[in-house]
Amino acid sequence: MRELEHCPTGISGLDLVTSGGLPRGRNTLVTGGPGCGKTLLATEFLIRGAEMGEPGVFIAFEETTDELTTNAAGLGWDLDALVRDGLLVMDFVKVERDQIEQTGDYDLEALFVRIGFAIDRIGAKRVAIDTIEVLFSALGESGILRAELRRLFAWLKARGVTAVITAERGDGSLTRHGIEEYVSDCVIVLDHRVTDQLATRRLRVVKLRGAQHLSGELPFLIGPGGFSVVPVSAFELHHPAPAEVVSTGVDALDEMLDRGGWYRGSTTLISGTSGTGKSTLAAHFAAAACARGERCLFLAFEEGELQILRNMGSVGLDLGQWVESDNLRIRATRPTQAGLENHLTALYREVESFRPDVVVVDPITDFHAMGSSLDIKAMLMRMVDYLKQRQITAVFTSLISEREPEDPTISSLIDSWVHVRHVQKINERQRVLYVLKARGMGHSNQVRRFELTSSGIKLLEPETGVSVGAE
Amino acid sequence: MSDAEPESDDGIWHLRLYVAGETPRSVAALSNLKHVCEEHLAGRYTIEVIDLLEHPQLAQGEQIVAIPTLERRLPPPVRKIIGDLSNTERVLIGLDLRQEP
Repeated sequence: MRELEHCPTGISGLDLVTSGGLPRGRNTLVTGGPGCGKTLLATEFLIRGAEMGEPGVFIAFEETTDELTTNAAGLGWDLDALVRDGLLVMDFVKVERDQIEQTGDYDLEALFVRIGFAIDRIGAKRVAIDTIEVLFSALGESGILRAELRRLFAWLKARGVTAVITAERGDGSLTRHGIEEYVSDCVIVLDHRVTDQLATRRLRVVKLRGAQHLSGELPFLIGPGGFSVVPVSAFELHHPAPAEVVSTGVDALDEMLDRGGWYRGSTTLISGTSGTGKSTLAAHFAAAACARGERCLFLAFEEGELQILRNMGSVGLDLGQWVESDNLRIRATRPTQAGLENHLTALYREVESFRPDVVVVDPITDFHAMGSSLDIKAMLMRMVDYLKQRQITAVFTSLISEREPEDPTISSLIDSWVHVRHVQKINERQRVLYVLKARGMGHSNQVRRFELTSSGIKLLEPETGVSVGAE
Repeated sequence: MSDAEPESDDGIWHLRLYVAGETPRSVAALSNLKHVCEEHLAGRYTIEVIDLLEHPQLAQGEQIVAIPTLERRLPPPVRKIIGDLSNTERVLIGLDLRQEP
């Protein structure tokens, strides 16, 4: 069998999960329910192609070219410009059942002529057809239509274009009309479902003949800039393991670690109850990275950027200077409707564009509220894998209930763990922190009181008599 | 082509048959069409045959998908019929020369 050539889609993450792109010169079927993002995937496939100098033809059965243009504009794409530049031809094919009377044998040669004419006009390398189902509803299920679709797919292949064809998901089958039988090279299934009031989008590559691909469902996000598929980046644990150490941002905490900080590329969890100083600890880490001249991506899910800058200013951290110098990028979003997957995709996208050395996610999730389902673990694993592969040192904060700070699910994924909590004294609440684990290095087992002062976190000398719950 | 169209009120039916090359099916369609017209519209029809291989831009412009497609351009409203026109009953219904039974 001849080596399959790939056609990079240019869609964030999709090329990774398909080991390089869609099969070049062949057809890819994209199937899914309504609103799952099929049209968008097809659109972005052409837009990215145009960016790479591969003109494309969009054959639209469902939406008019005006509608497509408007929808694309909502994501920041200018289809009109592509049309002007000869990189895109859009053809809205209007087929309405009530206008068509069938009087005998027919074929779809006129459709072929249309597509062929459009391809020739701009020398198209890519074709998107969205969605083929309309033909079934307009012309009716028939042997003729099936034979013609089979011929269409073969014809597209013969034309040497890389095509994306969308179809509706069927009950118990990949497509409602079993079109997957005719497209043998690549099938991508999109899914948009709501579980626990949390909408998640997932993508699965079902069939990719002649090439490796990642199986399993991968989360994806549709947002400004288009699609983002988050790949499971690590098949095996082949992460680089640098011996270099970076500061936690708090001198006294560095001293509690035998190597004087976290390993570069490691993942640290700062857990604790609310108001204990998790974010402040994380901010110290961020500031220290910036002071070293590195870049830090700070994903905030609870506070806005200005609020973070103000609050950290009150403990003597001038993060604003690092934002100005472009060492620090704060991205604040509301987590209310976003699940862990959205955090993951947002992170993925920001990392790709900002290329940070360190990442802070504050907080990664409220594990207690979300439970510790396999889903969450898988997602967290992806996040950790992804960052590790890029040797990005990460600090996640997490709200964890007072009673059970040690969740084995989370523990197995992260390298280091600091827990912060309040200790109730007779007339004050004190903050304490301790290192639960630090892979690959020894660490102090002390429980240290600390204070948030106007010049940062200050660890107090260890004292006896501080009692902490089960450790 | 379009400037040569007759006025709608002169009672002339303007029919257009879209084909793609001279295939047995398109030949059959034209012959079937002529037969129907002679029978029901004798003396008040024109047939224009458009070969999309020669005018590919018309496929998009006139929203043609299937071949053969017969278009009743006049009298309005525009109606489209697809197929080789071998089912005379459906042709008459499609052209609105006979009511749906």
